[in-house]
Amino acid sequence: MLKIVHMTVNGTWRELAVDERESLLDTLRNRLGLTSVKKGCEVGECGACTVLVDGEAVDSCIYLTMWAEGRSIMTVEGLKGPNGELSPIQKAFVEEAAVQCGFCTPGLIMSAVEIVGTGKKYNRDELRKLISGHLCRCTGYEKILDAMERIVEEVYRTVNEEQT
Amino acid sequence: MFDIQSFYEAKSVEDAIRALSQDEKAQVISGGTDVLIRVREGKDAGCSLVSIQKIPELKGVELTDSGDIKIGAATAFSHITNDPLIQKYLPMLGEAADTVGGPQIRNVATIGGNICNGATSADSASTMWTLDAELVLEGPEGERIVPISQFYTGPGRTVRDRREICKYFLIRKENFEGWHGVYKKYGKRRAMEIATLGCAVRVKLSEDKTRIEDGRLGYGVAGPTPLRCRKAEAVLKGSRVGDMEAVERFVETALTEVNPRSSWRASKEFRIQLIGELARRALKEAVERGGGIMNA
Ligand SMILES: Cc1cc2nc3c(=O)[nH]c(=O)nc-3n(C[C@H](O)[C@H](O)[C@H](O)COP(=O)(O)OP(=O)(O)OC[C@H]3O[C@@H](n4cnc5c(N)ncnc54)[C@H](O)[C@@H]3O)c2cc1C
Ligand code: FES
Ligand code: FES
Repeated sequence: MLKIVHMTVNGTWRELAVDERESLLDTLRNRLGLTSVKKGCEVGECGACTVLVDGEAVDSCIYLTMWAEGRSIMTVEGLKGPNGELSPIQKAFVEEAAVQCGFCTPGLIMSAVEIVGTGKKYNRDELRKLISGHLCRCTGYEKILDAMERIVEEVYRTVNEEQT
Repeated sequence: MFDIQSFYEAKSVEDAIRALSQDEKAQVISGGTDVLIRVREGKDAGCSLVSIQKIPELKGVELTDSGDIKIGAATAFSHITNDPLIQKYLPMLGEAADTVGGPQIRNVATIGGNICNGATSADSASTMWTLDAELVLEGPEGERIVPISQFYTGPGRTVRDRREICKYFLIRKENFEGWHGVYKKYGKRRAMEIATLGCAVRVKLSEDKTRIEDGRLGYGVAGPTPLRCRKAEAVLKGSRVGDMEAVERFVETALTEVNPRSSWRASKEFRIQLIGELARRALKEAVERGGGIMNA
């Protein structure tokens, strides 16, 4: 049965008719065309479908769209600047060669947004734990961690400069 | 698309109980990280879901007037770990919560779901046993309080009626004030892994830190349900900190109280090895947290 759900998607307030049995993953990909959200395992193991719900990273494959009522959803599409430029996190991934086939990348970028948003500094081991909900079959993770380290460091520095 | 009959977002606990009472095929869904996986696997296909995600009273951690701690059943694990009250009074529970799955799972998976699911591997369960947590359940017949030691009846089975909602967990002051504890999880990977074995140890040391006034030992995957080893606890009680013979008697006694089995994850023999070794390590760390010196 179709039901009406309201949510903010990448900053835009939306009213959508969805099937109550739908995952947020299917709604974002099939109804809104947000194909940065990847469908991998569909059981919460791989993190390819990671999006932010009210700022927190969740696996959208095991998140019911009905739960998004009144909430704010963010995907990689929502990161691009006014002239289509990449966000600093995306740039770090590109420049550190953290992307190979790219299937895991959008999910990791969204986790990075959550991690960086805390404004805290994390060491490599802590970052390893913070990205443990993502599987990457290509890079061996080292380059991803390089990108994460760099962006966490950059943001931490900017935040502290602003404060002093 | 999930193969479910229907979905209902309950407006309150009473509303959820009403919806569950009206439909025999209905079950509670909280974070859905167990339920939706079972639906995907076909085990729970065709069921109706009554969601309790949008009931604010089920979320959050509170200190009551009498100094006890209340943990809302629908509180997600990451919120437990980051909660200031948990960090102050129950750091061990925050750490156990932080071993569940990965970050995205912990943002959604709830402590109520972890316990109500009834799995022996539930990472919060052994700690909750050592805290003598009480479950406050509400159903068509009203409210009742069930101590966690009386909650489980078998693998994946509990005394909870299908229509009952776990509202919160109550952890009494006398079970955390002055206590220190450690949860040890053994898994093949360091994340995104169901425990091969989980071990929770809590101790209360004497003022001068030379005696273990009281101790608790809980396990996950050491039997069909999470469990406590009360005889081993009695052995530990009153022993001198650093008495390694007492520690060995404690471990030997614990081994008489468990009932592990072989599974594809590990053999029974390996689990027995882990039951002893994790207890030794957790005890040492728990004592050290309490300010005692173990190898004196
Ligand atoms: C990828 C992945 C990794 C995982 N890793 C771990 C792990 O490392 N350790 C671990 O312990 N678990 C793990 N799990 C299992 C699961 O995440 C946890 O058991 C979680 O705590 C369940 O909570 P939930 O809110 O998602 O429960 P749900 O799936 O919503 O519910 C689980 C069960 O409890 C019942 N229930 C839920 N809340 C209530 C309530 N308030 N009152 C009454 N009944 C209720 C439901 O009816 C259902 O039977 C993992 C799951 C996934 C998908
Ligand atoms: S597709 Fe969602 S975690 Fe794999
Ligand atoms: S780049 Fe291919 S899966 Fe990560």
